[in-house]
Amino acid sequence: MADILQIRNVSKKYSNHVALNDVSLNVAEKSVFGLLGPNGAGKTSLIRIINQITGPDTGEIIFKGEKLNPKHVERIGYLPEERGLYKKMSVGDQVLYLAQLKGLSKAEAKKRLTYWFEKFEMQSWWKKKIEELSKGMQQKVQFIVTVIHEPELLILDEPFSGFDPINAQMIKNEILELRRNGATVIFSTHNMGSVEELCDNIALIHKSEKILDGSVKEIRKTHRTNTYRVTFKGNLLGFTNALWTGGEILEKHTDDDIHSVTLKLANGVTGSQLLQAILPICDIHSFNELIPSMNDIFIMKVNHDDSISGTKSNFTE
Amino acid sequence: MRKIRLIIGREIKSKLKNKTFIIMTILAPLLITGFLAFMIKMTQSEKTEQNVLVIDDSQLFKDKLVGNDYISLSFSNDKLENAVEKFSDKGYSCLLWISPNLIEGGAGATQLYYKKSPGFAFQTYIKDQMERIIYENKLKANNIDPNIISNSKQSIKIILKKVDDEGNKKDQTSFGLFGFLTGALMFMFILMYGMMVFRSVMEEKTSRIVEVIVSSVKPFELMLGKIIGVAILGIIQFLIMGLITFILTTALSTLFLKDASAQLKVFQDQQEMVKKNGTNVNLSQLEKFDDKLEMFDLLQKLQEIDFGKVFICFILYFIFGYLFYSSIMAAIGSAVDSEADSQQFITPVMIPLMIGYFIATKTIMDPDSSTVFWGSIIPFTSPIVMMSRITNGVPTWELVLSLSILFVSFIFTTWLAGKIYRTGILMYGKKTSWREIGKWLFYK
Repeated sequence: MADILQIRNVSKKYSNHVALNDVSLNVAEKSVFGLLGPNGAGKTSLIRIINQITGPDTGEIIFKGEKLNPKHVERIGYLPEERGLYKKMSVGDQVLYLAQLKGLSKAEAKKRLTYWFEKFEMQSWWKKKIEELSKGMQQKVQFIVTVIHEPELLILDEPFSGFDPINAQMIKNEILELRRNGATVIFSTHNMGSVEELCDNIALIHKSEKILDGSVKEIRKTHRTNTYRVTFKGNLLGFTNALWTGGEILEKHTDDDIHSVTLKLANGVTGSQLLQAILPICDIHSFNELIPSMNDIFIMKVNHDDSISGTKSNFTE
Repeated sequence: MRKIRLIIGREIKSKLKNKTFIIMTILAPLLITGFLAFMIKMTQSEKTEQNVLVIDDSQLFKDKLVGNDYISLSFSNDKLENAVEKFSDKGYSCLLWISPNLIEGGAGATQLYYKKSPGFAFQTYIKDQMERIIYENKLKANNIDPNIISNSKQSIKIILKKVDDEGNKKDQTSFGLFGFLTGALMFMFILMYGMMVFRSVMEEKTSRIVEVIVSSVKPFELMLGKIIGVAILGIIQFLIMGLITFILTTALSTLFLKDASAQLKVFQDQQEMVKKNGTNVNLSQLEKFDDKLEMFDLLQKLQEIDFGKVFICFILYFIFGYLFYSSIMAAIGSAVDSEADSQQFITPVMIPLMIGYFIATKTIMDPDSSTVFWGSIIPFTSPIVMMSRITNGVPTWELVLSLSILFVSFIFTTWLAGKIYRTGILMYGKKTSWREIGKWLFYK
């Protein structure tokens, strides 16, 4: 798939700190791309550069094969982390104004706004001032502002923060629908659950540098730690003996005579070998490999640990 | 350009929808003219009918002290004690008693009894007459002809003639006060609309909408659109206010000053005649306007002012001066998070404006001093000071120089402000210092 966005060696410095240091990454067309990283890592700086709010000190950005230029702003939609609208302006006027700033004609903007108002069942809000709306309603308006010009590239900075669960779900559905309709979505988030749910690819930025990128599936695969959970009926001591030096038990839990054991196999030992070793001595109820969640990978990468401390992490099956 | 137009449009619309703005636009001229009318009314004393009973025990004033349209005097030989009790029953509004020892200067020699105060103007009217009668009386007692005294009084008016560089002489009346008022108006306008830009910028920053907007337009375009929008708004407001004030003052002057204008015409014709015929004119045939000279002076000055020139200069200086200051205000608005933090930045901007205002007051007394000259050239003060000078006649080269410097300066401040603005609007949480702003200038 072609890349809609190529970021090449972008650096950005402010007077007292480096916001981005030689960051390069590619965003594939019609994908959902997660931009991850702890607070202050440089995500918002990168997003602002893509939106041409600020410029990079060095490096360049290629949008659909062209060097990023002011004409492109009409093809990009942006939802900033800090949301805001004119408090005293009516919803209709406001969205029309912002849509026109994105290059739509007034008539076209009106048509599309009507469509969105019907979709979200908010026709009666047209003449209301923003300050008269609830926070959830304001967020819906803000979302419409972001997508009304049907951007090819949608950039959402922390889209789920501040949204209530219902609106957050609505945003998720919209993101997926927009992608189905051919848009590319970049979003930054701390919410790792949503990353696994939505993202095709991610990049992890830490201390102004990209420390990881790739497809979510690949990343999770390469970060496998050879950890398994076995539930069985039988003798725990026998189980431990069978394991011998092939692995290390991280956690065990016994309920009546059912044991649940989380264990990390030694390098070179496979899941099949483990199964073969324990099959004769116990009655196996379940057997899973625990693949690290994006959350674990995030924490691990950011902490510069090279192994997952099993007792601290939450594995998903 | 289309985007800047959109921004300008929104800026104007949002203010025009604002009720306070509309009310102020209409109310301000009403208040100003209302105040003016009130002041004029105050100087013209109220004329309530006064029916006065006079008991003149000094016997000096009988047939000499006279009434007028609304004051009628009746002399009586009654005793004061009796009259005091009965004067109001007999239909007199007040009772004037003059003691027999008035001419010797006894204390409490003249007394006025009343139920309802006849007002200060009435007192002055009576007092002036009595003083004049006593004055003439005393002169006669010393065998001095009162005409000699009055003929030896001569009032003098200095006529100013300004000689310009080409050697042309031009009648020059001092327009000090009017000039100062235009300067003060300029001060008010620049400050008012500068603050409007400041608030508008800060509103967008604090409501955080600015980040959405600058993802569609360049920050500089946003700032420019905002400044131009407020400028157009200012000019619209100025024109509306000007029109209302013009209509009201015209109505007012026909009401109050109609007689005065007619009298002024007679006065001017007479002066013309005296100029032509010299001393051959029979002065005693001329109407006398001694008490109205001050008003004539004012009216004459107003007639001589070139309002068209003042108007054009006002608009030009407003636009340039406003652009100069409002771009600074926009930069400040972008740099702060709340109005409370803004004081340390606004004060240094206010100071040159205030200085301009004070130099403008100096033009009343001293229109050609070097302070005033430099004040009208330096861009920080020139809009205010030059406006206060303009009615006095300013050489064209000074006007051109001052306007050109102001023009170049506003380009410079706008450019500078643009650099601060685009960084400032995205800075939150940190308390900004001058040093910090200095650094922003060098961001890419």
